[in-house]
Amino acid sequence: MRLSTSTTFRFSFVLETGAAWLLAIIWIAPLVYAFWASFHPAQYAVHFDLLAPLTLDNFRNALSQAPFARYTLNTFILVSSILVAQLVLCTLAAYAFSRYEFRGREIAFALVLVQLMITPEILIVENYGTLANLGLTDTILGIGLPYMASAFGIFLLRQTFKSTPKELEEAARLEGCGALGVLWRVYIPLARPTYLAYGLVSISHHWNNFLWPLVVSNSVNTRPLTVGLGIFGAPESGVNWSVISAATLISVAPLLIAFLLFQRQFVQSFMYAGIK
Amino acid sequence: MKPATVRQIHGWLLLTPAAILLIAFTHYPTVVTVIDSLFSKGSAIRPSHFVGLQNYQYLLDDPIFWKVLANNAWFALGTIPTSIALAIAMALLVNRAMPGRFLVRMAYFTPTILPMIAVANIWLFFYTPDIGLIDQILGWFGHAGHNWLGDPATVLPAIMVMTIWKEAGFFMIFYLAALQNIAPELQEAAQLEGASRWYYFRRVLFPLLMPTTLFVLINAVLNSFKLVDHLFVLTKGGPNNASNLLLYYIFETAFSYFDTNFAAALTVVLLALLAVMALLQFFVLDKRVHYR
Repeated sequence: MRLSTSTTFRFSFVLETGAAWLLAIIWIAPLVYAFWASFHPAQYAVHFDLLAPLTLDNFRNALSQAPFARYTLNTFILVSSILVAQLVLCTLAAYAFSRYEFRGREIAFALVLVQLMITPEILIVENYGTLANLGLTDTILGIGLPYMASAFGIFLLRQTFKSTPKELEEAARLEGCGALGVLWRVYIPLARPTYLAYGLVSISHHWNNFLWPLVVSNSVNTRPLTVGLGIFGAPESGVNWSVISAATLISVAPLLIAFLLFQRQFVQSFMYAGIK
Repeated sequence: MKPATVRQIHGWLLLTPAAILLIAFTHYPTVVTVIDSLFSKGSAIRPSHFVGLQNYQYLLDDPIFWKVLANNAWFALGTIPTSIALAIAMALLVNRAMPGRFLVRMAYFTPTILPMIAVANIWLFFYTPDIGLIDQILGWFGHAGHNWLGDPATVLPAIMVMTIWKEAGFFMIFYLAALQNIAPELQEAAQLEGASRWYYFRRVLFPLLMPTTLFVLINAVLNSFKLVDHLFVLTKGGPNNASNLLLYYIFETAFSYFDTNFAAALTVVLLALLAVMALLQFFVLDKRVHYR
């Protein structure tokens, strides 16, 4: 007997929904597990018991064993100073590339794009040397400096500025705006979605960045969360698993909460930034 | 001055702040790295001097170099096709109305926004011998414990599984975006023609997703060379370099063995690999624009 089309359809719908949920549960399980471990006493890290007592001791231990509050502040300063500098520098450069005719413009743009491939951490040895010459090792400014001019930001904003109708610029000129006035009144407001997308990508990238900050920072006052967590979680540090879980959650919490609140914007930003 | 000249100057002035930083941290160090790779390692007694291609000769004779290069290749081969297949599956699964779609999508995407260091911390415990989660589960089935990260045969696959977990959800969003641009009439037409869903996927959907796949592929390959954070927590490249990757080896050579000239030669190899990728991206990905 043949099943009717609607029955097969219903069957495959249920099957696929089940598969989607199963995969989702597998995917989120490692994080759920880290949550479980961090809110329960250490002996429950390896066996599950729904009635296991809840505790905040792991968080207390993590916070007393390493200055995570200071690390969070460092990360916050690092990420926001990079973002502010990027927004200013990339806006100016993108404006030049999209609305000014100058000799060598195409070559200069090609040279800018080189940074899409060769990010500062690839040239870790020479860049560390440069920072040492500038006396900026072990400073938050030193960690951020190589990222402040971003090829990716210049590229995204140039695309956006180029698609802005020229008539709007001419109208603003007639009302007496200078070059920077036009940028401020016309181009920047119209590029708001690009700024949002770029900003979210930049924040999550630099919140999570590790290798370059590890090389540059060398003290509690400069170390960002990732580096602090890397030292804390290293197997030789001998800290127990529940406390490491708690420390891991402390480190990812601000970004994770922001992500959960603004999930749609995050996903759209990553999509938008990747496709451009 | 003529207005055109003034505009030329303004253009360059706007560009200058970004240009200074880009030159200082991208172009200048690239050139210096190439030059440094032609000099010997200096010491208090013997200052660094020009040695031509000698560092590259050492490099060709260095078994660890070949080991890390092979590891990079295995790592890319082991993670990228699986991540892409999973990403397509995830995108197809959540690209339709279903109960809890929002939560499912979030579950797939969340690992992407975590730092690799945090991911490594979480997975370190899964792989811990005997008391780790994986050995506990295998224990129920009567398997003995295994040192996943301490065994050269399992360390790289173990790290690959973790990387796939972290990256599949990221690639998914690009497929989701691509799927939203595919006209639903195509599927209806295929159904009317009596095509099976697998046939529709293989002959219609997958070819239409090809530009996205190429884009994701190249970015994934680049990432596989740039992302080494997890090695700091999980293995330090061990045991016996079984999980070492090129960028981590560069870090070790420069900051643990203090041989910056040999590290420079290694960096030149990495730069050459990235350049090949850049050219591929330029020639292959530009075609997709015409394709559309």
